[in-house]
Amino acid sequence: MNIATILDMAAEAFGDRIGVVCGTQRLSYAELRQAAWNAAVAIKTSGASYVALLDVTSPAAPVALFAAAYAGLPYVPLNYRLTKAEINELVARVSPAYLVTSPDYAKLVDAHAGVTLVDRNAFMSLPAIEGEPPIPGDDPREVAVQLFTSGTTGKPKAAILRHENLSSYIFGTIEFACAEEDDAILVTVPPYHIAGISAVLSSTYACRRMVQLDGFEAGTWLAACRSENVSNAFLVPTMLQRVVDHLAERGESANLPALRALAYGGGKMPLATIQKAMALLPGVDFTNAYGLTETSSTIAVLTPDDHRAAASSTDPAVCRRLGSVGKPGAVEIEIRDDEGKVLGAEEAGLVFVRGPQVSGEYLSLGSQLDAEGWFPTKDRGYLDAEGYLFLDGRSDDVIVRGGENISPGEIEDVLLGHAAVADVAVVAMPDEQWGEAVAAAIVLKPGAVVPVAELQELVKARLRSSRVPQKIIFKDALPYNETGKVLRRVIRQEFASA
Amino acid sequence: MATALKAGARFKSAVCDTQVMVIKAPPGEHALQCGGADVIAPTAAGSGTLDAALSGETLIGKRYVNADESVELLCTKGGQGSLVLDGMPMEVKQAKQLPSSD
Repeated sequence: MNIATILDMAAEAFGDRIGVVCGTQRLSYAELRQAAWNAAVAIKTSGASYVALLDVTSPAAPVALFAAAYAGLPYVPLNYRLTKAEINELVARVSPAYLVTSPDYAKLVDAHAGVTLVDRNAFMSLPAIEGEPPIPGDDPREVAVQLFTSGTTGKPKAAILRHENLSSYIFGTIEFACAEEDDAILVTVPPYHIAGISAVLSSTYACRRMVQLDGFEAGTWLAACRSENVSNAFLVPTMLQRVVDHLAERGESANLPALRALAYGGGKMPLATIQKAMALLPGVDFTNAYGLTETSSTIAVLTPDDHRAAASSTDPAVCRRLGSVGKPGAVEIEIRDDEGKVLGAEEAGLVFVRGPQVSGEYLSLGSQLDAEGWFPTKDRGYLDAEGYLFLDGRSDDVIVRGGENISPGEIEDVLLGHAAVADVAVVAMPDEQWGEAVAAAIVLKPGAVVPVAELQELVKARLRSSRVPQKIIFKDALPYNETGKVLRRVIRQEFASA
Repeated sequence: MATALKAGARFKSAVCDTQVMVIKAPPGEHALQCGGADVIAPTAAGSGTLDAALSGETLIGKRYVNADESVELLCTKGGQGSLVLDGMPMEVKQAKQLPSSD
């Protein structure tokens, strides 16, 4: 089993169809495979053990992913937003490497013995192979992709995804060549994110044209949707928020007649954002996709029908599902308490997942699966009676106040309900009496003023006194990473050092 | 001829264009045929003629399973012959297709 088979099949069945578009570059699936073959031979000749990419999204990303598979080496896309020191530490960890990059990022890489730097343009114009094309390996246990997780503490962990994990996700959840001739998906997630990897694999297997944008700006995204007749797109919540704001600020109608499906994930979606987006794009199918790097992407989906049912129902149990991540896809999900006991419906605990697409494995740390094959996601949440999964933050983010576990999510939801509050993050702060206390960093809407006591009173009235933030600070903006996850660690440090 | 079917292993038909990859199979030997002839290694040279009674076509991208779904193959290249495992025709399995999420 090898993910190269995905490209082989697309090139075999729809070789003339455009596979990837980036600016003025357009490659058919046959051209994509030819480029991957050429690169695989060059990679093998270099003697590298890893194929790395340090660059924004471009056609070089799918070519490098598949070339690594043909060459039988792990593909390691690196986060180009890291500091020079962090980048060089990761480069050293994958040496000897064949590193594809562009001039802006090449200058960040120190000379490492064993690292072959290859310019992106040269990589895309390698000489055509002579003779038989490379035959991909068939060992399903070979490593296909290695992703360095962002790692909130300590060194980044190297998550391992084997050919069997990624293949079973693709073969098990997508019908081959299910895309129509004119379909296109707009890809804005960076290549080093699991959603960037799965976008390439899913689109190729569906034989759907990928339209790449090397960054995200709402106006550019809308323009690309229109000019490329984009039918499908994936956005992280922050990006969808910006699209909604962009349209609202200009009083512009969305005017995206070709757009049929919009999937979102990668972080918590504010209820108000998805409600506004559904109102602005009434003809679009919305899908909430929940997944992790260690699970080869999506493990649960809230389908378009679920979205419509939740939006139109008068049953509170159905309405609230707009805030859920839906039902398990091709995996099993269960909720356990801190002692490992499996919990019933509506009981909150830790989310565990099991299935062939789940790798749950890090280089040097080994497999994190338990004896029965379950992976601890470290997300907290609960299932409702019909199996819809509701997430409630990361277990690392839980505030332990005097022995009581407090989830930041419920407090944030209450504070976001205040008319003056635009954004909020609730974190733990050190406290002599309680060990940890509740603290909130709040961004007010432009021009709004609200006394701290009013916000504290709101939480007390809606939840209970132990949930009331002991300290509230007002900020111009909260720190986010590029995929829309709020950086709680940075906010915690701010309270700890105050 | 009986062959071990290991996950990831690839075979091709001796008598048509069909190619398959093993998605899953229990340990042990199986007789896998396509178009009436034993399948062969992907690099081997084909020989023989297609059995007209077993030319129901195998379609690229479809997954083929036996009755209890313990053996699952993915057709990676389509061809005229139909797949037979241990004397029984294999059936198409539908993907648990999810709404496009990435």
